[in-house]
Amino acid sequence: MAPAPTSTYSSITLSVNGDKHTLTVDHRTTLLDALRERLDLTGTKKGCDQGQCGACTVLLDGRRTVACLQLAVAAEGRAITTIEGLAEGEQLHPAQQAFLDLDGYQCGYCTPGQICSAVAMIEEHAAGWPSAVTDDVRPEAGPPPLTADEIRERMSGNLCRCGAYVSIVQAVARAAAVRAETTATAHTTHTTMTTQTQGAA
Amino acid sequence: MTTAPTAHKGSVGVARTRVEGRDKVTGAARYAAEVPFAGLAYGWLALSTVARGRIRSVETAGVLAMPGVLTVLHHGNAPRLDTGFVGFLGAPDPTCAVFQHDRVPHRGWPVALVVAETSEQAREAAEALVVHYEEEPHDIAFDGERSDAYPVDGHMPAVTAKGDLEAELAASAVVVDAEYTTPEEHHNPMEPHAATARWDGGRLEVVDSNQGATWVVSDLAQLFSLDPASVRVRSEHVGGGFGSKGVRAHQVAAVMAATALRRPVRVVMTRRQMFSLAGYRSPTVQRLRLGADAGGRLRALEHRALSLTSTVHEFIEPSAGAARVMYDADAHHTANRVVRLDVPTPTWMRAPGEAPGSFALESALDELAEKCGLDPIELRARNEPERGPVSGLPFSGRNLIACFREGARRFGWADRDPRPGLRREGRWLLGTGTAAASFPARARPSTATVTAEADGTFTVRISAADIGTGARTALTQVAADALEVGPERVRMRIGDSDFGPAMIAGGSMGTRSWAWAITAAADELRERLIPGAGIPPEGVTVRSDTTAAVAALTETERHSFGAQFAEVAVDVATGEVRVRRMLGIFAAGRIVNPLTARNQFVGGMIWGISMALHEEAVRDRASGGHYAADLAGYHVSAHADVPHVEADWIDDPDPDDPVGIKGIGEIGIVGAAAAVANAVWHATGVRHRSLPIRPDRVILAGTGEPHA
Repeated sequence: MAPAPTSTYSSITLSVNGDKHTLTVDHRTTLLDALRERLDLTGTKKGCDQGQCGACTVLLDGRRTVACLQLAVAAEGRAITTIEGLAEGEQLHPAQQAFLDLDGYQCGYCTPGQICSAVAMIEEHAAGWPSAVTDDVRPEAGPPPLTADEIRERMSGNLCRCGAYVSIVQAVARAAAVRAETTATAHTTHTTMTTQTQGAA
Repeated sequence: MTTAPTAHKGSVGVARTRVEGRDKVTGAARYAAEVPFAGLAYGWLALSTVARGRIRSVETAGVLAMPGVLTVLHHGNAPRLDTGFVGFLGAPDPTCAVFQHDRVPHRGWPVALVVAETSEQAREAAEALVVHYEEEPHDIAFDGERSDAYPVDGHMPAVTAKGDLEAELAASAVVVDAEYTTPEEHHNPMEPHAATARWDGGRLEVVDSNQGATWVVSDLAQLFSLDPASVRVRSEHVGGGFGSKGVRAHQVAAVMAATALRRPVRVVMTRRQMFSLAGYRSPTVQRLRLGADAGGRLRALEHRALSLTSTVHEFIEPSAGAARVMYDADAHHTANRVVRLDVPTPTWMRAPGEAPGSFALESALDELAEKCGLDPIELRARNEPERGPVSGLPFSGRNLIACFREGARRFGWADRDPRPGLRREGRWLLGTGTAAASFPARARPSTATVTAEADGTFTVRISAADIGTGARTALTQVAADALEVGPERVRMRIGDSDFGPAMIAGGSMGTRSWAWAITAAADELRERLIPGAGIPPEGVTVRSDTTAAVAALTETERHSFGAQFAEVAVDVATGEVRVRRMLGIFAAGRIVNPLTARNQFVGGMIWGISMALHEEAVRDRASGGHYAADLAGYHVSAHADVPHVEADWIDDPDPDDPVGIKGIGEIGIVGAAAAVANAVWHATGVRHRSLPIRPDRVILAGTGEPHA
């Protein structure tokens, strides 16, 4: 059982996948160990515990980070999204569906990290962030085409020892395409509604 | 319900997404360190900081007083183990029999296990634990000049020899004589080795990450002198293995601690500890001497390979074995030798022998083709043996040249200008290379049960391991066809030693051996079920054992074959080598699931890229340990290193296997590094005979400086 708060323990509240969890943690506890050992959210994997493999990638306020290099006490007040929080009920997130359909894994141990990384990466790209292989990095250039090379570069923090890279890249591309379609549809819907609202006014 | 007599075949050969795919993409799949246990304690291994010597004392008192610490196990208080047995893969490596004596045979040898209430407490205490050593001089110097090397048989004879080598070399019009080296390589599965042990109602239960649950049961039972029936090992999901996940220090230490504390104890290796405890591929020094007539026909072939092992266990990387299958010559000599050093024991790693051996052999063939002025594929076609070059046995099938033809067509090989160093694109020199691949197709006895359930479904139980191969899905397809039902009616249960003895996931033998057992049980079950008759509530179960059937296999040269093609770009200013594309065509038996099989072939080829360009564990002679034993210091190919890699296959069912399977786990890596190295020669005109082809080696190669 967790001991009472002392100088080396603190009571913190973590917001994970929309749920609030209050727990007492050893100050040395990483976010990764808090998720796995205390909250039983074992979907986030421990591959190296030193920020070199990406298996523990989670989203902190929507940005990808490696949970092994984040102390749990420092994650208080942040919105934490793990692999368990991506699906909407039975409906898989498009990235999850693409990894499943295209066999974007083998042993599956790097997979939650790859998927979380991909979800954030697709947003980074859509927001116009350049990568080391982007030709035109001027802010006004907008997002570069999301080529296989762009995906490879942006996903390189996530190792896959089974060597499923080829199908992972395909899965990320498909997930990005689904997001682009959804955004386009949402944009159309939004425009239509705006027009209707204006018409009604 | 009644059984439907509708014949239903056609699952095998059809692409199917993984049975456990949804669990893997949602994070629901639990690996060994993720199964919850009430009252769990955490063990942390402490490893030696000297490379050779004796433990003088383990200062446990201070550590035992630290918060949460429950016990410290070491050679002074650990239970005695029985290591005098021959297990599934031979005598046990004493490295896994932890805390039995005060000797330290290598740096990173387990000297203690600290167990505490939390992992943070266990880790701090293990790092605070002071161990005093009586240090002795160590020797880790590995090179081709070792006079203390000696031949070791391993899983094949150490030495084969026919014909007069020197005479044939002297009579040859063309001779290649070259030394090739490969470095120490580590498996590094993404999931670290992990085990949780507990006693439950008089039974020892271990939840573990391994390549064969009944194998682990058998070794643990013998080590601890237990009845095997009183030990159960489960491994539902395994995050990669590649040969490293057998019985290792962590399981044994966890069992000791669970026994001492009477509560569940989990021991997980850190990534750094894996470099000392998980096994690895020995570095090799290989000498190839080839002699051919002017037309390229081999008169002489000599392949001598040297690898290393520890002082406590004999393991050999049989790199010279590949030549015994691939090419014949009037004089044909191969030898595998080993030298014992103060290092951890190496072990099986994806395509043991064939991976480093094919780099040397297939590089040498490329050098011979160059000297003969022959196309490398034509050279190989001229040296196709009729029978096993050493065994004299016929081949069960040998579709090597068919793979080359199909690969050459798809890769665009016919347009290749064979001259090196001619193609430039900006700062890049471009080149293409090819190499042959082979790996034995074997099977081992297994048992399986198949139950016809009252609800019309079927449950298959087999102690198989899906380490990422897609075995769970492939076996579902095999069972569906054998039962003549759709795969949705088959429930596949694996990863539990209680299902009975079965082959491990290893040697490209897992799926074939398991499929055989499942097919045998399913065939008998179908005969037993009377069409139209009801099934009792408890179902109808048939158990198979393929021991006799596997033993009855005729002795023949039975292998998978393949042709590897690579295109590289080399920047001779920075020394950077990029693989631009790769194609592998394989003749590897019947392909059960094209979706997962392609992934596995490609994964093996990516291991080849990684081996050719990146992987290298470097030992410091002064300390006997590694520089940077982690995933930053030991680079495995990342996304950005890997281009579009294609794998495909030709029709090649094994005539003597019930399903036609040969096995596909290893062959993807075989020849892949040689294809890359041969392409680097074609791009630059410089031969690289030492892996990995690092930037500094590329730069120095052009200057005549001795390469590191």
